[in-house]
Amino acid sequence: MVTASNAEVGEVWWRLAYRRVRNLKLPWISVFIMLILLVCAGFAPLVAPHDPTEINILDGKLAPGENLNYPLGTDILGRDMLSRLIYGARTTVFISLVALGTGALAGTVIGLVAGFREGWFDAITMRAADAALGFPTILVAMVIVVIMGAGIESIILAVLLTVWARFARMIRGDVLSIKGMDYITAAKIAGVSMPMIIWRHVFPNTVNTLMIITSLQVGQVILLEASLSFLGLGLPVGEPAWGIMVSEGKAVILDVWWLSLLPGVAITVVVLAFNYFGDWMRDALDPKLRRL
Amino acid sequence: MQRYILVRLAQGLLTLLVLSMAVFLSSHLTGDPALYLLGPEGTQEDYEQLKKNIGLDKPLPVQYVVFLGNVVRGDFGTSPITGQSARDTLMERLPATLQLAGVAFLLTLIVGIPLGVLSAVKRDSIFDHLGKFFAVLGIAAPSFWVAIMLIMLFGAILGWLPTFGRGGIDHYILPAFVLSWGGMAGIVRLVRSSMLEVLDTEYVKFARIKGLPEQMVIYKHALKNAVIPALTFSGLTLAGLLNGSVAIEVVFAWPGIGRLLLQGITQRDFPIIQATVLAAGLFYVVVSLVVDILYAYVNPRIRYE
Repeated sequence: MVTASNAEVGEVWWRLAYRRVRNLKLPWISVFIMLILLVCAGFAPLVAPHDPTEINILDGKLAPGENLNYPLGTDILGRDMLSRLIYGARTTVFISLVALGTGALAGTVIGLVAGFREGWFDAITMRAADAALGFPTILVAMVIVVIMGAGIESIILAVLLTVWARFARMIRGDVLSIKGMDYITAAKIAGVSMPMIIWRHVFPNTVNTLMIITSLQVGQVILLEASLSFLGLGLPVGEPAWGIMVSEGKAVILDVWWLSLLPGVAITVVVLAFNYFGDWMRDALDPKLRRL
Repeated sequence: MQRYILVRLAQGLLTLLVLSMAVFLSSHLTGDPALYLLGPEGTQEDYEQLKKNIGLDKPLPVQYVVFLGNVVRGDFGTSPITGQSARDTLMERLPATLQLAGVAFLLTLIVGIPLGVLSAVKRDSIFDHLGKFFAVLGIAAPSFWVAIMLIMLFGAILGWLPTFGRGGIDHYILPAFVLSWGGMAGIVRLVRSSMLEVLDTEYVKFARIKGLPEQMVIYKHALKNAVIPALTFSGLTLAGLLNGSVAIEVVFAWPGIGRLLLQGITQRDFPIIQATVLAAGLFYVVVSLVVDILYAYVNPRIRYE
């Protein structure tokens, strides 16, 4: 952390805060986009001007800007595009959050134990992780959909099954180097139990890695969710999800071009924002990982 | 080296085995296969007879072994929807997917490597910035959406290129480009960074001091070393092509196995699902095995581990 230098002493608190935030060199555009996404997702009913599923045939196919009541236009059924995009953000954030959260949790626990104990558990889980890392995710997702049927749960499980491995691999690598530290040996000699050593002494040292991988994975997870929704393997058709919206516009692309264009732009911009933020986080927290 | 290959081989076989279990169970977990094969008009007797005929009265592990035996012999059963052998359907569709993947893979290397070299050699120039923009966008933009936008632009508005189905070379341009963009982006970034690293080494400096022409320094001394990480990465890209091709085939109405699989899923056509999933799994396992062996070959440190 930055400690207060002489120049900072006596400064007004807000100016000091401003300077400290500036020193972080945050990627502001990314942060701004992420904030918009989170606000849209969290307060969709308050932010959205219309009901995203309300059908108004008379107001159908309005182009963006044609009618100020619908700033981004309407689809064939007269549903408001802006509201659908905002609710789509909610779907994206919900799925990514749950899938990435459980994936990170499972991967971290496995990585911690595998790295700390080594032996057969390590061998089995790491071979499985290698297989999961390379295997085509869409294929995994499709097999899951065949077994469980299309739906949010299938998408979450598919993302989870591919995401855990990256966490497990990286965390395990960290643990292997932490394990040799003197303070771990000291804890062992003092008779601290293995779960306690992992939780109190090993895990806190892997938090940086955890944050870096999480932020680098978000974009991938959003893209995977969008592809699955696009293929019709996720939410039912008609629900506001960005992938589904792109798919709905596919057949009428010449007539109602904004139907596919807008949700695709939303996906691209959000993924770009998260990727840039992930790069920033990696450079800020751990320059060694620059080529990850 | 032998041990390394054996371990990888066992790993690949295990992956396929797990996959085969998953697809075998898929038809059992989602309902009664006999009821599904029989259709709504069958009587109770027909049902019992069918169960006996296809071995559904035996315990699950026995059924799995029979299933596995059939699969190894290339028999996936008959599709109850089309009445055709699933293997024949698969073989009919496979060339389209492999050709598209092959073209996309070549495109990845042919465009990706020179673009990466250009970005590194002309660092911070307009080429570098454009290359970076191209790479960043290729990773972030969803391929199915890019495909639709390109169809709108080149197919409908400009009318330059065909937008659906298989045909002459021009049919390959759009789908192959979209399919390869993501991998290309990775190659550009990788070649750029390893090229920058190599250009800074002593032997490149020496080649320059010796008075070699710049072309010679870059293509003969620098590129050869910079391209190794890109080649190993390209193996991963090949597996990734399989991933992307499902959506691409759907958008471009390409008659490959990706679309076949999606169709199989929506129609609950289990022989088709099992055949395509296992074929794709086999493709992935073989490719990654070949890549691993090549990697060990060019990188002795792995070989003797």
